Amino acid sequence: MITEQDFSKLDGGLKLVAYKHLSTGHKIIDAPVVKNYVLPLQQHIGAISQCVVSVGERVLKGQIIARPGNTISAAIHAPVSGTVTAIDQQPVPHASGLADLCISIENDFKEEWHQQEPLADEYNNLSSHDLRLLLRNAGIVGLGGATFPSDVKQTETHIRTLVLNGVECEPYITCDDMLMRERASQILSGADIIGHIIKARQCIIAIEDNKPEAIAAIQTAIDEDGTGFFRLQVIPTIYPSGGEKQLVKILTGQEIPAQGLPAEIGVLCHNVATAYAIYQAVFEARPLISRIMTVTGHGINTPQNFDVLIGTPIKECIEQSGGYREDSCELIMGGPMMGFTLHSDSLPVTKASNCILVMLAKETQAVARSVNKAHMPCIRCGKCVDVCPVHLLPQQLYWYSSSKNMERAQEHHLFDCIECGCCAYVCPSNIPLVQYYRYAKSEIRLAQQELAASDIARQRHEARLLRQEKQKQLREEKLRKKRELLKKKNTANADSKGDDKNKSNKQDAIAQAVARAKEKKAAREKAQ
Amino acid sequence: MLTVIITLAIAAIIFGIILAYSAIRFKVEGDPVVERIDAILPQTQCGQCTYAGCRPYAEAIAAGEAEINQCPPGGESTIIALADLLDVDVLPLNAEHGEEKAVATVVRIDEQTCIGCTLCIQACPVDAILGAAKQMHTVIQSECTGCDLCIPPCPVDCIIIEEVKPDIRHWVVKMPEPEIDFATPHPHQS
Repeated sequence: MITEQDFSKLDGGLKLVAYKHLSTGHKIIDAPVVKNYVLPLQQHIGAISQCVVSVGERVLKGQIIARPGNTISAAIHAPVSGTVTAIDQQPVPHASGLADLCISIENDFKEEWHQQEPLADEYNNLSSHDLRLLLRNAGIVGLGGATFPSDVKQTETHIRTLVLNGVECEPYITCDDMLMRERASQILSGADIIGHIIKARQCIIAIEDNKPEAIAAIQTAIDEDGTGFFRLQVIPTIYPSGGEKQLVKILTGQEIPAQGLPAEIGVLCHNVATAYAIYQAVFEARPLISRIMTVTGHGINTPQNFDVLIGTPIKECIEQSGGYREDSCELIMGGPMMGFTLHSDSLPVTKASNCILVMLAKETQAVARSVNKAHMPCIRCGKCVDVCPVHLLPQQLYWYSSSKNMERAQEHHLFDCIECGCCAYVCPSNIPLVQYYRYAKSEIRLAQQELAASDIARQRHEARLLRQEKQKQLREEKLRKKRELLKKKNTANADSKGDDKNKSNKQDAIAQAVARAKEKKAAREKAQ
Repeated sequence: MLTVIITLAIAAIIFGIILAYSAIRFKVEGDPVVERIDAILPQTQCGQCTYAGCRPYAEAIAAGEAEINQCPPGGESTIIALADLLDVDVLPLNAEHGEEKAVATVVRIDEQTCIGCTLCIQACPVDAILGAAKQMHTVIQSECTGCDLCIPPCPVDCIIIEEVKPDIRHWVVKMPEPEIDFATPHPHQS
C-alpha cells in the first residue's frame, strides 16, 4: 500500500497554471452530426491501415473500413452510415501540415449500425487471446495521446499491476477529468476487462489532486464495486506526472529502463479514456468511432468537452462552442506544452485529438513556442537540467542537435526525451529546445529509413546479379548439351554410312516377323 | 643449452598450432573494408562513378584505385562519411561524374506511349520495372533508386523523371532559426 509519504517524487517537472476550470463548467455534450467525415488511415503509431472499402460503397456505422496494416497497427471504422465518396490524399492533423491517405464518407443520416451483439459480462468466459482480438477488431488505441494499439500492449505476461492514468497533467485539457466525473463506473468496467486479459492482481487509478470532482466520482465507483481490485491514488499536481514512465516512477518508486516498457517492472499503464473505449467495445459492441475531446482556450467563446465522432471537421466543434473570439490567433492540437500548431480548422478529429486549444495572440508570445524568431544564445544556466523529468542534459542535447552532431546527441539519450517542453518553458534565452530535439529525432529517423532503403536496393541488385549469372550458366549448359548431341548424331551418321550391317539386321528382323505372322495365320486356319 | 633449444622448439610448435588453428577458425570472409565502404554508398547502382555498381566502386576505393568523390547520388554526406571511415581528407565532388541532385527523384513510365520493348527492364539494376515483351511496363516507384539508367535505352522516350513529393512519413522537422549572432560585430560598432 502506497501512502502519501512513500511517494517517490517526480524529479524535475514544473508547477503550471492549469486553466482547467475554463472547460469544466459544462457537461460533455455530443458534437453535431455533420454531412461529411474524413478518416485518415494513419491515426495510430505503427503501420498505416489497409483500406477495405471502395469508392461508392455503402458502409454502415461501426463497420470496419480499414484493417490493421501489420501487427502494430489498428482498424478504422465508419463513424456513420453512408457512402464512401473518396479515398485520396487529404490534409491531416499533423505537425508537418502535409496530406495523407484518407477515406471520406458522406453521411446518409440513417444511423444504421453494423449488426453486432455486445459481449457484456460474457467476457469473463473468454480467453485473453480472444479478448485481444476483440480489441483489435474494435480499433482501440491508447487515447492518452500516444495512440499505441492497445491489443499489442496487452500481450505482455507476468504483469501484476494495472495503472489507470487519470493524471492529465497538461494545462487546459479536461477530457479525462470530465470522463471520470461522468462515466466513472464504465471506466472501472473497462479496467476490469484489461485486468482480466493480463491477469493483473491490482489496479491503481492515479489522479492529480487538482481534480477533486473526478476523485470523488472514482472513489464512489470503487466503493460500489467493492471487489478490492481497484485502488485510488491521488498524486500531487506537477507537470509532467502524466507521462507513462513518470507516473510509474511516482507510484512504484521504480524506474523504467531507458527505451524500455513498464512491463519490465511488472506494470501496465493505460489511460482512463482507453479503459472507457474498451468498456464500449465489450459492453456496447461499439468500436472506437468517437472520443471525448476538449475544445478550450481563451480564444474560444464557450470552452467545453465534446463526445465527438472520429472524422468530424474540427470547425464544427468550434462553431458549437460559440466560435472564435476576436483576438484568437493560434490553433493547437493537444496541450500548450506538447501540442502542435494546426494549419486549418477544417482538419478532421482523429483518435489522437484529445484537445483543441485556441490561443490568444498575447499567450502565444508568452509560451516559448515561437520557432521562427531568432533566439538568444544558451548561457549554460542549467535551469533546463533541473526541470528535466528524464534526467537528461538538455543544453548538451541542444548543442549537439543544433550542430547536427547526431551521433553525440544519441549518446546523450536524445530518444529518451519525452518532449514535455519543461526545458524550453524555463529557458531564459527562449530557446525552442524541444523543436531542436524534434528536428534531430526526425533527421535521425530519416537517415535510418534511407539506410533501410539502400539495404533493400543492395539486396535487389545482388539478387539480380545472381539471377543473371544463373541464367548465363543455364544458357551455357544448354548450348553445351546441344553441341554434344550434335556431335553424337554426326558420329552416328558417319557410322551408319560406313557399313550396311544395321540395315541387313533390320531387314532380317522384318522377314522373321512376317514369317511369324504367317505361321500364326496358318495355325488359326487349321483350328477352324 | 640443449634444454633451451628443446623448450623453444616445443613453444614454437605449440604457438604454430594455435596460429594455424585460429587462421582457419577465425578466417574473415571477404574484405571488411569493402563491406564498410559499400554500407556507406547509397546503393543507387547508377554507375556514374564509372564502375559497374556500388560494390565494384567500393572495391576500387579499398584498393586505392578510385577517389572517394565520384558518387553524385551520395553527394557531400557520403564523401564526409567515407573520409571519416578511411581517415583521408574530404574532397569536393568530382564534377566529371555529375552533380548531386537537390531533391530525390524516381522515374515513371508513360504507359500510353510504352511499346513494351523490355529494354528498360534489362537496364534497371534493382529490378524495379515490371512488364513483359509487348506488354505495358510500369515502375515500382517504392523500389526505384532514381539512377535514371532506364532512360537512354527507351526507344520512344516514355520514361519521365519525377521529384519525390514530401511525404508525411519521411518528413523532417524544420530546425529553428539559429540564435542571434553576437560574435560578428554590429555594423555601428566598427
